[in-house]
Amino acid sequence: MKSSHGTGYGIYLAVFAALLVLTGATVAVSYLDLGVMNVAVALLIASLKASLVALFFMHLKFENKLVWAFALVPIFFLVLIVGGTISDTLYR
Amino acid sequence: MAAEGSGHAHMDPAQAYDAAKLGIWTFLATEVLLFGGLFTAYIVFRLKFPEMFRIDHAHLNRLMGATNTVVLICSSLTVALGIAAIRKGKQGLLRLYLALTILLAAVFLGIKYVEWNEKFAHGLFPDTDVFFSLYFVMTGLHGLHVLGGMLVLGGVLALAWRGKFSERYYTPVEVSGLYWHFVDLVWIYLFPLFYLIG
Repeated sequence: MKSSHGTGYGIYLAVFAALLVLTGATVAVSYLDLGVMNVAVALLIASLKASLVALFFMHLKFENKLVWAFALVPIFFLVLIVGGTISDTLYR
Repeated sequence: MAAEGSGHAHMDPAQAYDAAKLGIWTFLATEVLLFGGLFTAYIVFRLKFPEMFRIDHAHLNRLMGATNTVVLICSSLTVALGIAAIRKGKQGLLRLYLALTILLAAVFLGIKYVEWNEKFAHGLFPDTDVFFSLYFVMTGLHGLHVLGGMLVLGGVLALAWRGKFSERYYTPVEVSGLYWHFVDLVWIYLFPLFYLIG
């Protein structure tokens, strides 16, 4: 059964290279003064990297819906916690 | 995939493999919320004391942080390659990649040790201010996870040495690999939040 998740050495090396390039990019951007955009760009790049790791290294891309649910439910709760806390901090 | 060999299994091997995978994902869910609580604290204090974060983050060594990011990315790759190897039944390659992963984890902790010592030498401690409290607690908790990962991967390497894994059974490699990638994931956010944006 589902032995070959279709993840060969090639795709791992491609993801690895992309992660290195994105790390270089986020360090380079940190030397520019973009104001609040520095935070946005850093978080965007971090999330891109996290997605690559989850989809390919953790092979979420090749998993069934149940595993996806197990992966996404904590993210949903984290968004609730962070969102609620931010609005409480900013608008109280 | 992943038969258990001996006849004591109550589930069929494929089911056991799927159950183990859901088990580790459940554990990772608790880990997301454990670190999530600390990230939430980071956000709150960052919003309250933007000046402190702007000034303090300049004390962190960007080069060491970036180096450690690369070290962890390399270790994620070696774990992934190890799993790819055992899926093809290559036990020797699996052992090599597991050993490399543990070595990279040790390098990460070594660099972290140098960094922390540097901070202490400059009189920067967990009780210096909120920024450094968060920095030491969050990188410290992450460091403990790296240490834990080394122990788990060391155990898996010992099993691999005794020839326990094959293309038919490698569940512990898969499960510990998922944990290790998660440790990498946490650092992917810690690095920019502490070192890069002020």
